[in-house]
Amino acid sequence: MTEFGIRNSECRMQEYKPILEARNLEVERGGTVILNIPSLSIQQGEILSLIGPNGAGKTTLLQTLCYLLKPFRGELSFRGERVNVNHSAFAYRRKLAMVFQEPLLFDTTVFENVASGLKIRGMKWQDIHRITTEQLDRFGIGHLSHRSARKISGGEAQRTSLARAFALQPKVLLLDEPFASLDPPSRESLIEDLEGILRQTQTTTLFATHDRQEALRLSDRIAVMNNGKILQIGSPEEVMNHPVDEFVASFVGVETILTGDVIRKSGGTFIASVSKHEIEAVGEAQIGEEVVLGIRPEHVTLAADSSREMTSARNLFPAKIEKIVSLGLYQKVQLDCGFPLVAYVTHHSIESLSLGEGKAVMASFKATAIHVIRRKIPSPVPNVV
Amino acid sequence: MDLIFEGIKKALWLLITFDPEVMSITFLSLQVSGLATLISLLIGISIGTTVALSKFPGRGIVVSLINTGMGLPPVVVGLFVTIFLWRNGPLGFLGVLYTPGAMIIAQTVIATPIVMGITLAAIQQLPQKLRLQILALGATRIQMVWILIREARLPLLAAVMAGFGGVISEVGASIMVGGNIKGYSRVLTTATVMETSRGNFEIAIALGIILLLLAYFINLILTQIQQRERPR
Repeated sequence: MTEFGIRNSECRMQEYKPILEARNLEVERGGTVILNIPSLSIQQGEILSLIGPNGAGKTTLLQTLCYLLKPFRGELSFRGERVNVNHSAFAYRRKLAMVFQEPLLFDTTVFENVASGLKIRGMKWQDIHRITTEQLDRFGIGHLSHRSARKISGGEAQRTSLARAFALQPKVLLLDEPFASLDPPSRESLIEDLEGILRQTQTTTLFATHDRQEALRLSDRIAVMNNGKILQIGSPEEVMNHPVDEFVASFVGVETILTGDVIRKSGGTFIASVSKHEIEAVGEAQIGEEVVLGIRPEHVTLAADSSREMTSARNLFPAKIEKIVSLGLYQKVQLDCGFPLVAYVTHHSIESLSLGEGKAVMASFKATAIHVIRRKIPSPVPNVV
Repeated sequence: MDLIFEGIKKALWLLITFDPEVMSITFLSLQVSGLATLISLLIGISIGTTVALSKFPGRGIVVSLINTGMGLPPVVVGLFVTIFLWRNGPLGFLGVLYTPGAMIIAQTVIATPIVMGITLAAIQQLPQKLRLQILALGATRIQMVWILIREARLPLLAAVMAGFGGVISEVGASIMVGGNIKGYSRVLTTATVMETSRGNFEIAIALGIILLLLAYFINLILTQIQQRERPR
């Protein structure tokens, strides 16, 4: 049984209890290795995003973890016990649930679709009815209950598919780009609902996506994949601010990603505390809410003298230059302001300000230049089951 | 023109009076073809599904053999079933030649590839990932196959119609292995052939009309089910 409660930011990363572990997983197709995972451990209650381009091996990894694909070698452990699938792969799969990019609904009513996994488990009719009704309501598709699954919209179909998975109360939920084929409005509303439900139910989730926004918004950890390998795995801040190689850097984007808590707000802007520094940003947020702030390097301005001259930039921080890397037409300057920050400057500026590693400068950026990503605050929705 | 008019009048008369001979011929036709269709459904759906869901060397050859079988000429089937059931043939010991049993065997041989071919196509046209989704929902292999067959139920109804339609209207094999024995192995088609050759056109037309009505009503019922099932 999953325990229901409110996930809060303090305890999020502290539950180091692996629920699913993979070791030396290798999958081959036509003689070439398409998946190679030396080790992967999924913690109880976490949301781990797999991001990477198409063909990176995200789907292959999810299907292998669900044992829909036989690994060429390697092993899986569930709660520390080695998974033995020789006799009954279905018994292992019943601990998990997987939602695909396509809704893959059965040719029957929405209700019967959501109930199908429970029926497969031979559950009693009263229980099936109760759980199914609850899930239909939870995903806002109760009114479609008796409609044919062939006659509903794409967004409603994917909601049905998610409700079908949640009805099974999976110990681990595998989501394979469930929003990829939806139009933007239904995608946005579904992400919002799913986020709330995931936080509320604390379902351990593996979420494959090629959209870094979705990953940032939902994940406790992010794994970047390419060519069947996990290149980097860590907290969103770690992966975004300290990409291990060029590929990760180019894929996750160049923004500096900071996490902070909103401490004050006034007329359209708010102040977030990031590593004890106050950053002002434009946007709506509640006091106490955790927000993710993205700052593009081209929006950061550097000044040589440390006197606080008047500027329209609301955020001004003394910083130390850690590293300067040439990117051809301009240079990338990595700064330490008490939090990491990256700025792009021209060669000319480097010379005229005589910037060098170790030098102290003033870094500034406008409140309007910050890209704010809000994480959903768990709302007190009645718990289900 | 008189001939047809007389034929229809006679046919109606035979139907209204529940002519015992016509009734027993009709009943036997339904029995033989119904049973043959049923057996062919069991064999055809199970093998068709198995082939659809498995990969093995030479699969392409098997699939084209099944598709060829869908157009098996009834007389060829009649010939081979006769040889097999012949007194000193491989299955001669059964002693079923010139019985309704032999007709059921022959009609099953005709209907099975039809059902198998349609099943194969119906299961194959389901999305590949549906199988994975069913397994991911925790289904055993048997549950998965069952759910897939249920998903393909509408095209499978077409298989029932095509199989039954094929055998109820078939004459070559029935006459060869059944022998058209009066009151024993005479069915609508064989009786029609015989009455026509004798010049008894009225009775032949009457039997023909019954055959048409039978085929029509059975297909009507199945079509009704199919259309009602079709999601709104």
